[in-house]
Formats: sequence, structure tokens, C-alpha cells
Amino acid sequence: MFYREAGDFSTTYPQDSQTFPIRFDRYRYYAVLAFAVLVLPFVMDDYLVNSIFLPFLIYAIAAIGLNILTGYCGQVSLGTGGFMAVGAYACYKLMTSFPDVNIFFHVILAGGITAAVGTAFGLPSLRIKGFYLAVATLAAQFFLVWLFNKVAWFYNYSASGQINAPERTVFGIEVTGANTEAWATYLFCLVFTIGSAIIARNLTRGSMGRQWMAIRDMDIAAEIIGVNPLKAKLTAFAVSSFFVGVSGALFFAVYLGAVEVGEVFGIQKSFIVLFMIIIGGLGSIFGSFAGAAFLVVLPVVLKLVGVDLLGWPTDIVAHFQLVIVGGLIIIFLIAEPHGMAQLWRVAKEKLRLWPFPH
Amino acid sequence: MKMKLATWATAAMMAASPVMADLVFPSLSYRTGAYAAGGIPFADGYADYLTLLNERDGGIGGVMTRLLECETGYNTEKGVECYESTKGEGALVYQPLSTGITYQLIPKATADDIPVHSMGYGRTSAKNGNVFSHVFNYPANYWDGASGAINYLLETNNGDISGKKIALVYHNSAYGKEPIRTLQGLAAKHGFELLELAVDHPGQEQKSQWLQIRRERPDNVLMWGWGVMNQVAIQEAVNIRYPMENFIGIWWSGSENDVLPAGDAATGYKALTFHGVGSDFPIFDDINTHVVDKGLAAGAGDQVGTVLYNRGMYAAMLAAEAVKTAQGIHGVADITAAMMRDGMEALEINEAKMASLGLPNFGPEFTVSCANHGGDALVGVTQWDASAGAWSLISEFKATDSSIIGPLIEEDSASYASENNIPGNC
Repeated sequence: MFYREAGDFSTTYPQDSQTFPIRFDRYRYYAVLAFAVLVLPFVMDDYLVNSIFLPFLIYAIAAIGLNILTGYCGQVSLGTGGFMAVGAYACYKLMTSFPDVNIFFHVILAGGITAAVGTAFGLPSLRIKGFYLAVATLAAQFFLVWLFNKVAWFYNYSASGQINAPERTVFGIEVTGANTEAWATYLFCLVFTIGSAIIARNLTRGSMGRQWMAIRDMDIAAEIIGVNPLKAKLTAFAVSSFFVGVSGALFFAVYLGAVEVGEVFGIQKSFIVLFMIIIGGLGSIFGSFAGAAFLVVLPVVLKLVGVDLLGWPTDIVAHFQLVIVGGLIIIFLIAEPHGMAQLWRVAKEKLRLWPFPH
Repeated sequence: MKMKLATWATAAMMAASPVMADLVFPSLSYRTGAYAAGGIPFADGYADYLTLLNERDGGIGGVMTRLLECETGYNTEKGVECYESTKGEGALVYQPLSTGITYQLIPKATADDIPVHSMGYGRTSAKNGNVFSHVFNYPANYWDGASGAINYLLETNNGDISGKKIALVYHNSAYGKEPIRTLQGLAAKHGFELLELAVDHPGQEQKSQWLQIRRERPDNVLMWGWGVMNQVAIQEAVNIRYPMENFIGIWWSGSENDVLPAGDAATGYKALTFHGVGSDFPIFDDINTHVVDKGLAAGAGDQVGTVLYNRGMYAAMLAAEAVKTAQGIHGVADITAAMMRDGMEALEINEAKMASLGLPNFGPEFTVSCANHGGDALVGVTQWDASAGAWSLISEFKATDSSIIGPLIEEDSASYASENNIPGNC
């Protein structure tokens, strides 16, 4: 009824090509942003931020990164956990080597370092694809975890092999360390998440994104019409790794505070981010958010319902969670390969016509 | 969508937590995953002891205990979520049974004024209570374990192990890496050669490490393993016909689950311990009468008397004793976490107290003080006998080498204090 483009005229090209061409959609987007920035920080507490919002925001960045590589450029990667570890360790080394530089720049630099590493590991993608590329990136995952465990320089020779985030501030407010306020860490991550989403959205609808999608749809045809596969694939690896690195840095510095590489950035991490984009929707920025929210909130909700409300044993609930996530992945792969983003798109199409069926 | 879920989650939490006076003990357990074999008996023992206190004594000092179990799967992120979701319910003390989660909780719990008891795991230098005000690791820590193992070898070799080759098979994580520095120091002191062999999570693949042991023929093998890694290591040792009596595990590598899969060949395997083994203690009569027979046992109820069940029970006993101490200090029955911390810091365990609890000679006597959060660091050795199907204590609880451990604790805690600007609490 009110969700339609009737009466919404574009008089300039930027208006015509904006992300949310329907006025209602656009206002809803502004409302969500305003709510996230202006309202949520005031209701944030330790439980909400550490159980739901920090993991959601940080996984969303990682999912955006992997979605650029897998969803937009069609290059399967199982190395996400390893690249997140690069971001985390780069951030740690920068934080401890240059304590006077603001943590904000360390996180971005950590993303840059990860982009360089990711590009190097992306080189095999020029020769191999599909399953073989998945295996090559899997090798990156295991190599990087091994490296951070083996070389003591990366963890500053600490006895336990763990890295611990020292206290750092932004505008005099602590965002890492033990004495952080919930709203500060939330806002710090929110800034990075919003920034990542806007950058990713604009990259993917520009010429670079079109090149990626051409490579994804058919690489030989893309090469014939003039897309440079070397450039397209390596930029996809670089941009993807940048976001994954940023998320790894935030995961370590802001969310966990202490990290042990084998446990936190193991192969599980690669899979969970991959599940996020499969359930959320390949090739969709909204899908990255939906998938991240789903996989972060689902265990919490299951626990609240199963353990706290129904009083089931904790191990039964933990096993149920595995069953449900596994089942959902199969259901999505069969029934809706484009994930929750496609469901959302279909719902919007229906809403535009509502209440008339045609 | 986000907002709705959050509101709903908060509403569900409020509905699930009735307001009444009780002593809340969160149990960050793991009954799933690669480490469940160790997590289940510990969680059962912890829960059963608290149930026993409620059923037999009507709680502690007249206030009922309440167990909040939260599944972590030995996973750090889930551990943090569990901590955040339970701390608001008046949690008195956290015992996460995971070195990784302990590292997470040290700064968080200190900021929230809730004590953490990492019994025989966690950050070893937390023994220095001057720096780690809210972290306790009595009665013994990993460095005591390393020193205890070497002391035992010294004893069995007439005080001379110079020139010997000792291999350390360790879980490649913060937990497994903890003893390395101590062992390096001890190697320099006693003149033995240390061979470090890392095993990656979860530890099912150890062929290459044991091939190396077969080639290098170390005189002794020490193991810092947990979960499925233990069973695999013992099976591999059997496969290469390594003499079992020369193979010593840390206390986390010495339960029935670890040796049973290897069958009779595991006989002679040794493990360190800081508490008694077996079910030959009067308290088990009470547990059977008040908990198991009433159908209140946690889990499947089939773990009573196993090594890790005893350890979980011991952890709950120490927590309950600390509550009694705190109630005595503050004169309040329904204590808070801050009072609990005071109680833990003033805890004293002696033989009379243990005997009155139905646990005579169960563990070493020790006292906790502001400067010493680690107890008196006494370590014993147990040995497995497959035909009897039981562990037996073959070496009494003995002191460890504080001349090596003391300076290392000073050094490590001093670096933590300077990183985090801790002035000192004592």
C-alpha cells in the first residue's frame, strides 16, 4: 500500500541509482541506522553487547568480506579463520609496537596487512577454481594458524602463546581492555560495520563489482568481453581480506581481549562465516547481515528457550543447535539457494503489490 | 528485528530467574565436543556436591545453593557468553575448567568484583594474589605439576637425572604451553634434555609425535593433554611399546576415560594429582543416600567416584568451605561475590575439616592468604592398574621446587601488573 514507487520521481541520475530507490525503504534504512546509533548505545549492557551485538557486528564484517569473494566473485574460500587471525595478530603487533597511535588506525592497518596476505594466497586462484581453490585456501587456513602458533615473535614471546589486548582509548574512552563500557565497544564496532557495509555496497555496484560478477558468472566469457581476470580476482581477494582482517582485529581487540589462535581462529571460524553467507544470501550485503544475525542470535535464543524456559539439560540443547544449524543449511541449499536475502527480496516484491495480487 | 529479539531475550531471562535468597554457583561445563569426556564427570561431581549440601544440610549456613549450568563446549566465545549471562544472577565464583576461558575471565571478573577459582589450571602466576586480586588457583598449579613430575623422577632415579632425555607431549594451546618455561628452568638446573612435542587441537592425530618419540627414545615422557588427546596419546604409546611406567601425565591426563580404551596395556601409566582418588571415602555414602538414590544425580549418574568426578566434587567442596569462611567473616548468611572473595582469601583446609566433611586424607592441607592465592603446592602421583580398574596413590603429596617457580611467578605477574597498571592489593 504505502510501500511502492508510485509518486517517487527521480529527477537526477544519483537519485535514480541510489541504493534504496523506494522512499519507504530509504526511510526505514535511515530509521534503523538512527536507532542503532542513537538509541541502542543507551540501552546497551554487558550481556547484550557481549552475547549478541559485538559478535553480530564483527561477524557481519567478516561475512561481508567473504561475500565479496565468494558471493560476488565466485571464488570459494575456506581460509577466513586464518585471515581473521592475520588481522588479529597484525593488530596486536601494531598495538604493542606503536602504543601511541590510535587503535582506530591500527584496526585499519591490520586490514591492510591482511589484504596483502590475502592477495598472496589469492594467486593460485588464477590457475585453479572450485573445489581445488577451496583446498588451496584451506591450506592457507592451516598454514597461518600453524605460523602464529610456531613463531613466538607474533605473540611477543608470552609464556602461554596467547595475545592479550592492552588498554587503548578513542577520544579518551576505553574501547579495549577489561574496563570498557558496553556502549563504547558497541559504537566502536558499529562505526566499522557501517563503514564496511557502505564501502562494500558501493564497490559491488561499481565497475569493480561488475567485473567480479562477470568472473563469477563465467570467467571465459568475462575475459572475452575484456575483463582482466588477474585484476578482478586479485582485487576481490584483497578487498575481501581487508574486511576479514578488520573483523579479525576487532574480534581480538574489542570482543575477546585475549586470543589463542588455534582455538579462536581455527577451521570452525571459516565454516561459520561460510554458513553465514550461505544462509544469509550469496552476493548480497543485506544477506551478510542477516546470516550473521541469524547464526549469532540462534544459539542464544535456543539456550534461553531450551535451558532457561524449558529446563532441558544443557548438552541436549547444545546438540540440538548443531542439528538445527545443519538442517537449516540443507534446507536453504535446496529450497532457497539465495538465502534469507532472497526471501526478503520476495517479501518486498509482494509488499509492493499488496493488497492486489497482480 | 534486532530490537524485538533483544527485548524478548531480556524478558525470557527475567522470567527464568525468580528472586530469592540463594547462593548461586555457575557451572561453566562442557558436555559436548572433543573435551566432553573430561567435562562431564567434573560437572557431575560439582553439581552433586551442591545437591548434597541442599538435601542433607539445607544449603550452606541455612541458605540453599543454586547451580546455574551453562554449556561452553570448551569454547572461549561461548564461555564469555555464559559468563555474561550468569553473572547478573548473583554468581559467587566462576570455575570454567578451561585455561582459555580463564584468561578471558581474569580481567572481566576482576572488573566485576567476582572471584575466579581455576583449580589446577588457568594462569599460573595468578598464585600471586598481590597482582591477581580476584583469581585463585589453589591447591596447585601447572608449574607445581611440572616440578612435581621432575621431583618424582629425581626420587626414582636416586636424585640424579642429568643427561636424561625427557619428552613433553603437550596440547598446542595456552594450557599445554604453560609448563614449558618451568621445565626449561628445571632442565638447566638438573641437566636433563627437554624435547618439546606439540599436538594440535583436538589431538586425534599424533602419529608423527610418537614416531619421533620412538626415534629419540626419551627416558621419560610427560604429557599435558586434555580430552580426546589423552586417549590417543596413551594408545599411541602402547602401539610403539613405550614403557608405561616411564610415562607421566598431568592431572588432566589421568582419568579413567584416558586409560580404559588402551585396555590392559595401559597398566603402569602414571598421572599427577592434587587430591585423593577412588570412592573409599565416607562422603560417598552420603552422596549415594541423599543424591543418587533420590534420583537427583547430575548427568547420567554413572560417574560417581571417578577421578574427575572427585575433582569436581573437591572444587565444589572448596567453594562451599570458602562460603562458610566468608559467612564467618562477614556474619551474613546470604553472601555476595565480594564477600566470597574474602572467604576464598582466608580459606584454610586442614585434616580435621576434611575428616568432618567425610573426606579424610582426601587432599593436602593448605592455607590461602592475600599474597598467596595458590596454596601450598603439594603434588602427588597416581598409577593406573587395568586389572583392578583403579588408580592408586603411589607418592604422597610433596612440596615442589619453589626456587624455580617463585621467580617465574614474580616475573610473569609483574609483567601483567605493568601492562595493566595494577598497584598491588596486599
